[in-house]
Amino acid sequence: MTTTTATVQEPRFLSYRARKILTRVLIYSLMALVAIIIIIPIIWMFSTSLKLKSQLFSREIHWIPQVITLDNYTRILSNPSTPIGRWFVNTLIVSTITTALVLVVDALAAYAYARLEFPGRRVLFTMLLATLFLPGVMFLVPNFVTVAQLGMLNKFSGVIIPALAGVFGVYFMRQFYETIPKELEEAAYIDGAGTFQTFLQVVLPLTKGALATLAVITFLASWNDFLWALLVLKDRAVQTLQPGLRTLQGAYTSEYGLMMAGAVIVAVPVLLVYVFLQRYVVQSVATSGLKG
Amino acid sequence: MAVTATRNGAPAARTRRRISLTPYLFLLPHMLFFAVFVFYPLFRGLWISFQNYDFLRPEQAQFIGLDNYAALFRAGSTKFNEFWNAMKVTVQFVLLSVPFLVLIPLGLALLLNTRVKGANAFRAIYFAPWVLSAAVISLIWWWIFQSQGGLLNYYLKEIGLPTPRWLSTMPYAMWTIVIATVWWTMGYNMIILLAALQEIPPELYEAAAIDGAGRWSVFRSITMPMLRPVMIFILTMTIIASFNLLAQPMMMTRGDPRLSTGGGATQPVMYRIFDEGFVRPFQGSAAAMSFIVAAIMIGFSYANNLILRRRGEG
Repeated sequence: MTTTTATVQEPRFLSYRARKILTRVLIYSLMALVAIIIIIPIIWMFSTSLKLKSQLFSREIHWIPQVITLDNYTRILSNPSTPIGRWFVNTLIVSTITTALVLVVDALAAYAYARLEFPGRRVLFTMLLATLFLPGVMFLVPNFVTVAQLGMLNKFSGVIIPALAGVFGVYFMRQFYETIPKELEEAAYIDGAGTFQTFLQVVLPLTKGALATLAVITFLASWNDFLWALLVLKDRAVQTLQPGLRTLQGAYTSEYGLMMAGAVIVAVPVLLVYVFLQRYVVQSVATSGLKG
Repeated sequence: MAVTATRNGAPAARTRRRISLTPYLFLLPHMLFFAVFVFYPLFRGLWISFQNYDFLRPEQAQFIGLDNYAALFRAGSTKFNEFWNAMKVTVQFVLLSVPFLVLIPLGLALLLNTRVKGANAFRAIYFAPWVLSAAVISLIWWWIFQSQGGLLNYYLKEIGLPTPRWLSTMPYAMWTIVIATVWWTMGYNMIILLAALQEIPPELYEAAAIDGAGRWSVFRSITMPMLRPVMIFILTMTIIASFNLLAQPMMMTRGDPRLSTGGGATQPVMYRIFDEGFVRPFQGSAAAMSFIVAAIMIGFSYANNLILRRRGEG
């Protein structure tokens, strides 16, 4: 810090107050500009989905459609070759079951690693952590072969079961258990409660926040999963929304209104989750970075 | 990533208890799935990569040793051209996107960290695209970049700029993927950087203010050094994530334009593996490719760890 005099010697054309206001205006304009760039494509998706095909290629662009129509939505929902309603239900089933099971499986395992004493604990946990850094691409071919041999191709179990093997949730929940004071559990043991009872009645209620965060991330990841769902759920009747959008894209030519209606149907649930549960989503990301 | 356990010892009261089955019952469900879908595939994947393997005809699988790997290093063959072209495309994508994915989020995080009124609302907007899926954002940008009716060319024409065929000609096709990806994921890095900025002790800034340091020198001598570990973390994570690029080229450019030597000008390595193992019936070869790619990704993680650790000691 040797620049003590540099700022003082600058000639001041503006008063301190004026400069402060000017900086503020500059900051706001920059922030607003970026916000507009972020929002435009999303608005454009909604806008296009409400337009007739004849309005798409007009000479002038209308952000608010001249004629607002739900035609695109009724058309894709009623077309049996792209059953997006069915896909929506499929995705909802897969994401909900995956989330529920991940919570149960990971909360149990993480508790053992955080609090229970047993031979092999450190070795097992170290192994788990080591796999956390292995790239997903390594698992693509062998897991596909396994899923095929277990007869889980074109079945929801083919996407749900492999998702339960994930290590992130175990790691995440364990970190959280470590922050809970042990006295509460010890008091429960003294009162004669068993390990499982203590876990269920004393520990779990304290981890609601962490469980909610894990639930939100798991649900989003499951809802948005593209590649694995594309590989495992091939039949149109069992497809989920993300690969479904690809099917939709291939099924129509220049029907951008229809495709944007499809995109809206896929995007709205996660946007709602984001609007209402933003705290959990943002928190999970912010903390994931701090461990670096 | 320093994931050291903070507490190792179990409480004294618990160690006196008899070793029981209970802990294993807690572990059992996860261990079962982990064993089948994380542990076992490490070996199975390697084994498949030594075979001529087609999952539709597993009984005809043939052990061929290192042939799958050798084929990827035999200069001049189609497999060689396609694979290394895909690697080249991936590296191009990394070089074009990563600077934006580090610098824009850094700028945004600094803006938000001025804590002006409404900063939280802006933060929420900037992060929003990240919750959308790769398929959704690919479809939206594919429509924006269309030559017929596309939003971008409409406005480019309005202001008298050239209107290239974005999705089907180079270098524009690569840029469409970069732009869509930067728009989609910059909020993620921004959130991490913002959290790190807010962790910097305010005393440091107060001391600098007393010294009369200007904005730039505060940024250079306090903010940047404090952010260094997180910047390295973000850089590594972003590079690794770039290797997974798939949905955007699949849905926006289909990997095109085609190249005469084999492969496509926007076909990255994940797309190549998908093609090899799930469109064509060469799962052994696809497994070999994924091990090569994984080795590179692990190399990046490892380098990142080394850099961070050296800093910790110094």
